Amino acid sequence: MDYTTHEHDVLVIGAGGAGLRAAIEASAAGVSVGLVCKSLLGKAHTVMAEGGIAAALANVDDRDNWEVHFADTMRGGQYVNNWRMAELHAKEAPERVRELERWGAVFDRTKEGKILQRNFGGHRYPRLAHVGDRTGLELIRTLQDHGIHQGIQVYMECAIVRLLKDGERVCGAFGYYREDGRFVLFRAKAIVLATGGLGKAYKITSNSWEGTGDGHSLGYHAGAELIDMEFIQFHPTGMVWPPSVRGILVTEGVRGEGGILVNNRGERFMFKDIPDNYKSQTADTEEEGWRYTQGDKNARRPPELLTRDHVARCIRREVREGRGSEHGGVYLDIAWIKKYIPHAAEHIKRKLPSMYHQFKELGGLDITTQPMEVGPTTHYVMGGIRVHADTQMTRVPGLFAAGECAAGINGANRLGGNSLSDIIVFGKRAGEHAAQYAKNASLGAINPEQLRDIEREVVAPFERPVTSENAFTIQHELQENMQDLAGIVRTESEMQQMHGKLEQFWQRLGKVAVSGNRWYNPGWHTSLDLYNLLTVSEGIVLSGIMRKESRGGHYREDYPNKSEEFGKVNIVVHKGSDGKMQVRQEPIPEMPDYLKRVIEANR
Amino acid sequence: MGQATFHIWRGDKNGGSFQEYHAEITTGMVVLDAVHQIQATQAPDLACRWNCKAGKCGSCSAEINGKPRLMCMTRMETIPTDQPITLQPMKAFPKMKDLVTDVSWNYKVNKMIPPLKPRKPDFPDGTWHMTQEEADRIQEFRKCIECFLCQNTCHVLRDHDAKEQPMFGGPRFMIRVASLDMHPLDTEDRLKLVKDDLNIGLCNITKCCTEVCPEHIRITDNGIIPLKERVVDEFYDPVMWIVNKFRGGRKEASTRTPLPMV
Repeated sequence: MDYTTHEHDVLVIGAGGAGLRAAIEASAAGVSVGLVCKSLLGKAHTVMAEGGIAAALANVDDRDNWEVHFADTMRGGQYVNNWRMAELHAKEAPERVRELERWGAVFDRTKEGKILQRNFGGHRYPRLAHVGDRTGLELIRTLQDHGIHQGIQVYMECAIVRLLKDGERVCGAFGYYREDGRFVLFRAKAIVLATGGLGKAYKITSNSWEGTGDGHSLGYHAGAELIDMEFIQFHPTGMVWPPSVRGILVTEGVRGEGGILVNNRGERFMFKDIPDNYKSQTADTEEEGWRYTQGDKNARRPPELLTRDHVARCIRREVREGRGSEHGGVYLDIAWIKKYIPHAAEHIKRKLPSMYHQFKELGGLDITTQPMEVGPTTHYVMGGIRVHADTQMTRVPGLFAAGECAAGINGANRLGGNSLSDIIVFGKRAGEHAAQYAKNASLGAINPEQLRDIEREVVAPFERPVTSENAFTIQHELQENMQDLAGIVRTESEMQQMHGKLEQFWQRLGKVAVSGNRWYNPGWHTSLDLYNLLTVSEGIVLSGIMRKESRGGHYREDYPNKSEEFGKVNIVVHKGSDGKMQVRQEPIPEMPDYLKRVIEANR
Repeated sequence: MGQATFHIWRGDKNGGSFQEYHAEITTGMVVLDAVHQIQATQAPDLACRWNCKAGKCGSCSAEINGKPRLMCMTRMETIPTDQPITLQPMKAFPKMKDLVTDVSWNYKVNKMIPPLKPRKPDFPDGTWHMTQEEADRIQEFRKCIECFLCQNTCHVLRDHDAKEQPMFGGPRFMIRVASLDMHPLDTEDRLKLVKDDLNIGLCNITKCCTEVCPEHIRITDNGIIPLKERVVDEFYDPVMWIVNKFRGGRKEASTRTPLPMV
């Protein structure tokens, strides 16, 4: 069989923020680093992040510090987070942000000439370092332009289909170049998975074609465990009209800058339902909420800035009960701030330039004068590969994971802004520890028979009669079914039904046929992505069935309340020796006293 | 809303031709949606790049009815559908397959540009003082999504294919240099690179790049012209030449020379 071979000490799979940051760190440690990305460099999903990077720099409010950030993250995650990861994240995020500035990032500034920070849902103080509403672009470009001078070998438009092992430890990765379908083998002493999310398992999503859960699936099939897979973040504000843009993200920054949610009766419905654990932190009146968004330290946050899981469910309720907007969403109004400030239109354009642009071009709507229509969109997966908090290594020796494809820091719900900080904090840690591991390891042995099996599997769709299954059709049907049966509101029977359907989808995947050749063939690529999408969908459904309560991104109509019992466990899945997915509960380790005291002090 | 006919270029580096496809058009649809529909129903091996579908990643650049555009930001309502719509890959880059071109040359040029070399931090915590006004000047350039439409449109690259000898860096990398050169913290001197390696002199300010920029960056006025002026000041201005001699080197002078505001 025909393939090229590359050897590296550390191979990083995925070149978004986490992957780039891991590669930079590993390279700095003096080992040889390969960086593989499915798209061109600089196009990864990080580019879509809008609102900002959460870090307790305390530039805008000097009451902020790592302890408050930690407590906010745990409260937002409803206390099933990996507390050690939440601690490291809160402590290290400020230094990672300052480092970006050293590497050329240009953040918006305070009057004193420091990095400006903005309000965001669930963060007690203004905490998000940002660049208008294109923070992700700034982050990825900064890492990219720094990274290309660090001696990292980049393999663009290259997709990995399987990880390879030598006994227990990981020793390589096998994939293909999208350009011409050539096969490629990477031999490596350590591998970092940094592949991002899996939003493409759902119909309405803010994710690009890349979000097919590749890392989740690669890790799972190589023996790593996945945890918290039932926790999916449905971002409350995606575009709903016109149909072709449904799901595209509308940044939480709109609400951070004072935007309000209104139903078709003109009611600001978020005031009607404020969860108990946020009551003391939420504004009593519209006026107080407005003052908060404008930096009044004595004001409390408006209810639009409650956590994403809660806001998304409130929007769904309004729509269900007939109070939705024309096209099945609710209204998000930023234009109303003209009531309080002169030159509001200019202000909005300066603070939210890409939102202004996006609605103007795609929706034919001027957000400085008209309300936007918004509704929930699948945005992020809290769950993912289980890693050691300090090193980011999975239970497979030599295999690391960082960013969205890893799990732990976010618990049941992620706060906005915590993902950009997550990827740079844990990207760095993963790179550092992978390099360290590689320095003490040798290249593992590759089993040629295994390579031949993988190749046979991967090219099989070309050998089936073209009248067989179409990959795009299966993908569409999977997305529709996951949206309906394992979406924002779930029940036992619907998830069981979905589980049954997944078995059928697996069978149909075995019959997928592809026309044409291996040169840049989207039909073929989609058929290979499906393997990953089906794997992660199964993880979501099985974990969702086991967690018989509602918490964060997992809401069950048949168990609408939180349960104390489930608040003490993570749901863990792994691949059994029979090849079937195994699911179990595992107790969350007891939080040490010093962190308990931090939580208490910040109630 | 009815049907639209597309003539899409299909082929690879060895050649190809336009093939006809039909797509159902619905409200708000963009050209990329039509391409996806054709992929899913008629031509599953039709190659096109895309990622964000919201004008933020710059992947889906192509020529729509001959105009360089992002397919995800071109609404079908803005294109006449009474005649076939042509879709073809960017002309300035080698063809790979269908709408996908080989843009790797751009990544090589980018690598030639030395990264930021910040001055010593202003504060003990390793941070700097920077005003919003200072940030604003280069944030315009940093909005660039690297769609390479400006590179594709630039006649120096498109018609004269100046990618090797002489090599013209192209508008994208002129504004990248400008964003570093005007960076309030930077101390590196890139003017020689701009003059001798990226050959800024080859640009004759036709502003075609500015016209196609989906981010509306004023590439020529705010990026290329100020850079050209600095090159002239540094290398061709007799007064500055004497001043530089006197000061003992260009580099120091360049960090002190205030930038022209355009």
